[in-house]
Amino acid sequence: MTIPAHAPEQLKNWNRPRIIEPGGDGDLLEVAMGPHHPSTHGVFRMDVALDGERVIRLKPVFGYLHRNHEKIAESVSYLASMPYTDRLDYICSLTNNWAYALAVEKLTSQEVPERAEYLRVILGELTRIQNHASSIGFLIQEMGASGTPLMYAFREREKILDLFEALTGSRMMCNYMRFGGCRVDASAAWLDAARKVVAGLPGFVDEFDQLLSSNEILMARTQGVGILRPELAVNAGVTGPMLRASGINYDIRKVDSYGIYNRFPFRVPLGDHWDVYDRFMIRMLEMRESIKIVEQALKDIPAGPVMDPKAKIRGFRPKAGEAYGRIEAPKGELGFYLISDGGPNPYRYRVRPPSLINLTVLEDMCLGSDIADVVLIFGSVDIVLGEVDR
Amino acid sequence: MKTVEEIRAAIEAAVPGAGVGIVSNPGPSGQHSLRLNPSHAAAVAKFLRDDAELALDFLSNVTGVDWPDKEIAEKVKVSKAVDGVEQTVEETRKRVEPGCLEVVYHLFSVARKHGPVILRMRTVNRTDQVELPSLTSIWRSAEFQEREVFDLYGVVFTGHPDLRRLLMWDEFTDHPMRRDYVEPDDFEYEPTAHDAVAARAAAHQEPREGKVAGQ
Repeated sequence: MTIPAHAPEQLKNWNRPRIIEPGGDGDLLEVAMGPHHPSTHGVFRMDVALDGERVIRLKPVFGYLHRNHEKIAESVSYLASMPYTDRLDYICSLTNNWAYALAVEKLTSQEVPERAEYLRVILGELTRIQNHASSIGFLIQEMGASGTPLMYAFREREKILDLFEALTGSRMMCNYMRFGGCRVDASAAWLDAARKVVAGLPGFVDEFDQLLSSNEILMARTQGVGILRPELAVNAGVTGPMLRASGINYDIRKVDSYGIYNRFPFRVPLGDHWDVYDRFMIRMLEMRESIKIVEQALKDIPAGPVMDPKAKIRGFRPKAGEAYGRIEAPKGELGFYLISDGGPNPYRYRVRPPSLINLTVLEDMCLGSDIADVVLIFGSVDIVLGEVDR
Repeated sequence: MKTVEEIRAAIEAAVPGAGVGIVSNPGPSGQHSLRLNPSHAAAVAKFLRDDAELALDFLSNVTGVDWPDKEIAEKVKVSKAVDGVEQTVEETRKRVEPGCLEVVYHLFSVARKHGPVILRMRTVNRTDQVELPSLTSIWRSAEFQEREVFDLYGVVFTGHPDLRRLLMWDEFTDHPMRRDYVEPDDFEYEPTAHDAVAARAAAHQEPREGKVAGQ
């Protein structure tokens, strides 16, 4: 792997403030990319300074979707913010539910029944598959492949969302997990339907892979673009597929093995070129691993209750204390930090948003590249603004 | 993974006079934390990151917490003269415990795959001495998160490369995550030219001798 000649500064001083000197003697062009640029996945602005087409400076501007989720959660009961977590990363509401439930279960040392753990794994991994598929679709869409790959991804995503709707009553705002289990049980018919959908997924990933992975234009646009050094990735708190695309073997499903993840054998794909193409490829490979996990979970799921009968729902007041719970959400490490003072509301409720923290390195990845590549690099981070701004 | 006591001993050996305290967690999660002295925080953080055994290279989460001033009512027995006779009387006295702002850092190790190690720092008070050292030069992941704590809580991180508001707009003056924050009546009020015209009109309409205002 050769590092492109136009991006040496950020690679040498990876932990220093980022400054690139403009090359020519012309003026810099300052462009406000967003908040309504179609590639920003919502309302997000990048203040870019350009020397010709080369990016000299890039400052992300946040807050257009800020509604102070944490403050609202501190003023209502623990359970009442469960539906609100759906609205953080609205593509993956089930993993948000899971992370919050896990943190509260740590706070109260609550047990979760076996069947509920299996249901959580099934839904969590289905969420990961549909997130990765649509995030690849968006990336390719932003590259100019209008429609087709995104619609392939959405066709499959729709099947998974139908499953979510059949089980939870909602396609995207699922509000399904509870402290100590899940809200409703899955029927045998639902499990059969899920098996049928999952049986079709490997074919979809093969097709998607054939369609895209060796596409000449995609390779030309993404290989060697947006390089993120592993040292910087770890130091800047980057997590999820982005960290693994930088070659760091860190998957919280393996590290913490929360829930029942130690029962499923799966591999962690790693990148070795640290560029946009690797991030695209890691998501493709992670979909395959997730399908394996779901298949096994659907085979092994035991009968039993989905909610701990001893779990307290009314008058839920955790003892004074604090807990930090985290899971491997599709976008990275999603954590919830709760401080309880013994009251019915959390004293402090904090969301550790992977989308926001992964953007810390956006400027480092973009410096020295062309403005056209900024769209791709930004797309490869895979963010949802509902979680960035909270 | 070392316990918090062992980590404290290691810090005290490496950074003499660091003044690290242990904050135990009464809840069942068992996540105890270390309280740092802000004047030694940078040295301690550097040690935690670079020590081969701890290798806490990954700062996951930065949280601000507001602890407002607490009024504590205590019953005190006082002996005083009542109607000329010495008696012990119970009196309630109010004592105000000063509040502070706290910042909590959750550290993990990617190299050794352990964690969390939790660090806490407190400001002197909530009004004028709200400076804490920034750890962004040690972990870049603190960059946006410290900006968020500055924005929503008002902790000023000295040594931060780019300390601006993150989520609220730049002209905003308050810190909305503080527990005593009161929302303004009208976020969108701003003086307009219309106000000046209205004031001139009001002056023109001032009651003059022999005339009733507005006629």
